[in-house]
Amino acid sequence: MLSIRNLQASIEDKQILRGLNLEVGAGEVHAIMGPNGSGKSTLGNVLAGRESYNVTGGSVTFDGKDLLSLSPEDRAREGLFLAFQYPVEIPGVSNINFLKTAVNEIRAYKGFSPMEAKDFLNMVKEKQGLVEFDAKLANRSLNEGFSGGEKKRNEIFQLAMLQPKLSILDETDSGLDIDALRIVANGVNQLRSKENAFILITHYQRLLEYIVPDFVHVLYKGRIVRSGTKELALELEEKGYDWLKETVDAEAEKAI
Amino acid sequence: MITQLTTSLYNQLVMAAPDCLQPGQEPKTFTDIRSQSFRKFKQLGFPTMKLEDWKYINLQGLVNQSYSLEDSLPGRPVAHERAHIPGLASYHLVMVNGAFRPDLSDSIEDSGITVMPMAEALDELLFAKHFAAYADKTDNPFVALNTALFQNGLFISFDKGSVAAKAIHIIHVVAGSESLFSQTRNLIVMGPNSSADIVETFITEQGAGKSLNNLVSEVVLEESARMQHYILQTASSQSSYLTHTEIHQSKYSLYNNYNCTFPGASFVRNNINVRLAEADVEGHLYGITLTADDQLVDNHTIVDHLKPHCESYEWYKNIVQDASTAVFNGKIFVREDAQKTNAFQQNNNMLIGDKSTVYSKPQLEIFADDVKCSHGCTIGQFNEQSLFYLRARGIGEEQARILLVHAFAFDVTSRFSNEAVKNYVERLVEEGL
Repeated sequence: MLSIRNLQASIEDKQILRGLNLEVGAGEVHAIMGPNGSGKSTLGNVLAGRESYNVTGGSVTFDGKDLLSLSPEDRAREGLFLAFQYPVEIPGVSNINFLKTAVNEIRAYKGFSPMEAKDFLNMVKEKQGLVEFDAKLANRSLNEGFSGGEKKRNEIFQLAMLQPKLSILDETDSGLDIDALRIVANGVNQLRSKENAFILITHYQRLLEYIVPDFVHVLYKGRIVRSGTKELALELEEKGYDWLKETVDAEAEKAI
Repeated sequence: MITQLTTSLYNQLVMAAPDCLQPGQEPKTFTDIRSQSFRKFKQLGFPTMKLEDWKYINLQGLVNQSYSLEDSLPGRPVAHERAHIPGLASYHLVMVNGAFRPDLSDSIEDSGITVMPMAEALDELLFAKHFAAYADKTDNPFVALNTALFQNGLFISFDKGSVAAKAIHIIHVVAGSESLFSQTRNLIVMGPNSSADIVETFITEQGAGKSLNNLVSEVVLEESARMQHYILQTASSQSSYLTHTEIHQSKYSLYNNYNCTFPGASFVRNNINVRLAEADVEGHLYGITLTADDQLVDNHTIVDHLKPHCESYEWYKNIVQDASTAVFNGKIFVREDAQKTNAFQQNNNMLIGDKSTVYSKPQLEIFADDVKCSHGCTIGQFNEQSLFYLRARGIGEEQARILLVHAFAFDVTSRFSNEAVKNYVERLVEEGL
């Protein structure tokens, strides 16, 4: 589904991603872990098309399409979804109106007519239940005055509404208490299917107790330096990122 | 010998004045007011940029040309459908080049409401009591000029307790191919406990020539009267406007003004002054100004708290595109007597065009010591974070911008009490982007 080859990206002339490779297939859940500053969030933002990042090399194909040549909105319409680490508050835009616009623009892209109001509302009701998202919040301004947990739940609610092929969760677990984390994880687990895939970007192993990944990758200095199964996450948790940095840096020195 | 090829508007007016001010046809008290006003106008002249109240706009281009001072084809058929507001139950009152046109207008059946051309109102008691009693106290030369020489306009009065069942929609049309200077004078008197929604729309007939329109309206709200006043400026680029609306409020009255300007008219200067002349009054001013091309829209407002326990809320939003300019000058006075005043003012600006300009001047003058007042001003652009967030959900860039402008205007549009007008304004905002 997603194939990243030798991806290099920078922000304000600072090189962050230095040749990243990753293959994600349908039905798979990949976790990307790594110390602060390793490039985790950059990866999510580059895939979603944030313009402040410059792609300086490499390629990304998404279902056979050259992802990097698409505008952010077309990436979303093709089925890519980024759950933001810091969801934006937009006073004056109602949550529901925003979702209706998004759903219908994506449908229009695929050649479908706008959704009937009744069907849309039924869908809203169903998906709200999935992430235990308060109906009152849905009618409020987008994220305005939401708590950290409510914002993250809103991201998963949107994910449920837009039904993307590939979802990238950028530190969705950060700032969540254990109950909110369970609710978010529960929502994601119910949305998992053979057709869609998830990339979980996280600093901690905690989230992976609730959403069990098929693969775990460790990002360091803009490259994936280790890949494995969920046991790798446990090992990292136990030994810490310093252990990883030392071994990887030693390997790099040896290579020279 | 010097041959003058073009005369300025000022010279034209001075030449035409003696005919208008001739005693005889109109009541003497009225002619006296006119003559006095004309002397005032002559003394003040057209304002220049040296005056504090006019420093952002250069009128010279507009007044240093000659105009036809009279409509050459009064009574012609004129299309005004363009001004109609979908879903709004309303009586249309059509004004063409300032003249009230009963033949194009609806008659108002609700009891206690009187509508007549100004020229027929000179003998009315209410006219004698209120005409030139408010606007003319200001030093706006265009008010003096209007009082001295206006020929047209509307007189509307609401008897005690009368309620307009539908909105009263005044449609100001500029028509005709000649270059025209027109003056309109309106007086609206809301009797005790009366209530109305008044909508004013400005439009230009297709193919109309250049015009400069000087409108003065005096609005009087007597005890417990309530008025929602919507002003929708949707005229085309060849039309320019100077408007002065003076509102005088008595006890327990409520006045809401919603002043909306859209791309089109190349020059618009609005003066809106609310005098909260008695205790326990609410007067609120809201504004949305969306400009484009090289438009210039200047809103000057005064909220004048004269007595205790009054509340005013003012919120103006400017969205300026292309090479256009918007001015917001909001003055709040809290006079010595006006204890326990609540006065709030906010002006937010969104500069979208690379060559667009905003002048914002919030002013607060407080002479009482037990009051709550605030004012503030912001200037910004599209928030890139918000734009990206919307696009990352599949919303196209253009649609995302529309959503963000809607959101920006929301603080003001959400205050509209008339749903049909609100929807209409939101649509005009969308179309104007």
